[in-house]
Amino acid sequence: MTTETTDAELTIWRDGRFQADEWTRAAEDEAVADGPAILPLERFLAERDALVSRNAPLGVSVEPNEAIEELAPHLDRVALVTLNFPKYSDGRSSSSARLLRERYGYVGEIRAVGDVLIDQMPLMRRCGFDSFAVTNPVTRKQLAEGQWPDVPFYYQPTGSTQQAEVPAGTRPWARKPS
Amino acid sequence: MYRYDEFDHGFVAARVDQFRDQVARRLTGELTEDQFKPLRLMNGVYLQLHAYMLRIAIPYGTLSSKQLRMLGHIARTYDRGYGHFTTRQNLQFNWPALKDIPAVLDDLAKVEMHALQTSGNCIRNVTTDHFAGAAADEITDPRPYAEILRQWSSIHPEFSFLPRKFKIAVTGAPKDRAAIQVHDIGLELKRGPDGGIGFAVYVGGGQGRTPMIAHKVRDYLAEEDLLAYVEAIMRVYNLHGRRDNKYKARIKILVHETGAEEITRQIEAEFVEVRKTELLRLPDSEIERITAYFAPPVLAEKPARSSAFEAAKADSAAFADFATYNVTPHKAAGYGVVTISLKPIGGIPGDATDVQMEAIADLADAYSQGEIRVSHEQNLVLPHVALDDMPALYAKLAEHGLATGNAGLVTDIIACPGLDYCALANARSIPLAQDLSNRFGSPERQKEIGELKIKISGCINACGHHHVGHIGLLGVDRRGEEVYQITLGGSGDETASVGTLVGPGFKTEEVVDAVETVVDTYLKLREGPDEPFLAAVRRLGQQPFKEALYGTA
Ligand code: SF4
Repeated sequence: MTTETTDAELTIWRDGRFQADEWTRAAEDEAVADGPAILPLERFLAERDALVSRNAPLGVSVEPNEAIEELAPHLDRVALVTLNFPKYSDGRSSSSARLLRERYGYVGEIRAVGDVLIDQMPLMRRCGFDSFAVTNPVTRKQLAEGQWPDVPFYYQPTGSTQQAEVPAGTRPWARKPS
Repeated sequence: MYRYDEFDHGFVAARVDQFRDQVARRLTGELTEDQFKPLRLMNGVYLQLHAYMLRIAIPYGTLSSKQLRMLGHIARTYDRGYGHFTTRQNLQFNWPALKDIPAVLDDLAKVEMHALQTSGNCIRNVTTDHFAGAAADEITDPRPYAEILRQWSSIHPEFSFLPRKFKIAVTGAPKDRAAIQVHDIGLELKRGPDGGIGFAVYVGGGQGRTPMIAHKVRDYLAEEDLLAYVEAIMRVYNLHGRRDNKYKARIKILVHETGAEEITRQIEAEFVEVRKTELLRLPDSEIERITAYFAPPVLAEKPARSSAFEAAKADSAAFADFATYNVTPHKAAGYGVVTISLKPIGGIPGDATDVQMEAIADLADAYSQGEIRVSHEQNLVLPHVALDDMPALYAKLAEHGLATGNAGLVTDIIACPGLDYCALANARSIPLAQDLSNRFGSPERQKEIGELKIKISGCINACGHHHVGHIGLLGVDRRGEEVYQITLGGSGDETASVGTLVGPGFKTEEVVDAVETVVDTYLKLREGPDEPFLAAVRRLGQQPFKEALYGTA
């Protein structure tokens, strides 16, 4: 186990390791800090014209009950979208992630936040997530140990996976990690 | 039958290994029951009143003799010598020890079976007509499409955490034996204007505490668009289905609250987008590849009339009844589809012992091309039996207590596990089914009554499908006492309807008499033996039954 992964400051699981979160979140009525900043969708939509003059990356946080379509026209200005899982069993943000990648062609970072547990993470990655804000201690420990509970036989194309996948056999859609 | 290739084998093996590890961690205490729960549910392991229960998927209810033999082996080795066939074309083992479950899953994997997606808020086992591929009235075999849906939905990354469980049923015949209109999605195969194959698509049917008949959202969908359309429905549901209340989370509530027209518009709009990507367009070659697995068996040519069959009917009244009620016309002349009733008079609906399972497997090999089906009515089916062989088959079934000639009759009762097993139950289902079966069990009585489907649920979750019973019985709790409500006029076929509550419930010791009163009222008021119970209830309405049950006051 590396010292990195035991460090509670390193909250973001990305590219197979824990990393520091370089983003700050601006709440409803706070001024947007310098540097990379995440705004709630509603605020982003309201203030986006003023925000473009900022000289730092913008992120947008989207709740599962918010329509991802509203963000679609502005994605070229967005470097990070965080999608919330209020409970691990709430799969709405997985649909939002696929829409971002597949329908709206978004290539920036999509981060899962909220109740992010290891058993869902391989599925999330296949929906287009590429980073995960992980607070659950058991999941943190398991990831640090190198666990990744994937069943590496995929029966359906998602069109948006964040891992390299190759066709498996002759079926039109069977895939496995390359 | 579908056969696993390397990919399917790899998938199931990887999943079993993963679960074996999780079970080991649970047994050492590394995982608490709370942490283990979502993991076991993804593998078909429930916790019941007294023990863990393992629910095994029987995709679209099709089994090979080899598979059924293995189920018998598992029943004997890891359970108490029997298994329970459910209304979802699945099999449940009620008494496995947790430590044995990985070994059971290994055994299942050897015969290309598993327990995945038999629980949890995902797309469940796709069900279909238990006479598929054999029935004379079929347009085309629905199982290839059910298999395509099964594969596509296996651990679907986007649709494994839906608001609630999701059930899809497919029928290939206009006579709907798959109850598609009470499923989340119902698909009816049909010929299109161009002569091609496609589907009428129904959405938002369901039972449970708010029973609803599905809305038709598409009159004709070309087969190549099957997955794109289903994905569109799933996405609309995943994003917009209610998650604030478990009892309002099924798609039927979304359809009801949004309105059928608006939901159709949303689905169609989503479908246009999904279709554009072409990602899910079903190639003809894939349909052909899967269909080839379900090629009809090569059956020796036979004359339409079998003298052996006719002679046996003339000879034995019991065989004649069996031939009338349990043998359905086959596509091929000189053949029949045999329903093996798991409803012996006074028995437990849907239970089969290890010995019975093995016997049926042997009979399938001898007389039915090694194939068996599980019906949602909790019976087994031998789909391809020569009429010439019926007398011999009947004799062997009789040796194992499997020759009850009551398919579709009053004693062919569907019952959920109820209070004997289920932690959610208000009331017993199985003993009531047994009492009713004994009350109506004489062959003359059953024949006189004719077609009558009684369905019993031990609580409002309606696993016993009481809403679509011609007579439905629902266990409720009335101030700590088990009471049964009676509904009349439900049906799960192509004329689907939800039964109507006839009045206040009856206590355990009253309910069998009450059902008999209903049946006697029908016999008195029907236009003749040609008017079945359901038709009579639809004509007469509730009033005469109410009067008979509660008096005229
Ligand atoms: S209907 Fe109720 S009692 Fe019967 S099996 Fe379902 S949940 Fe249990």
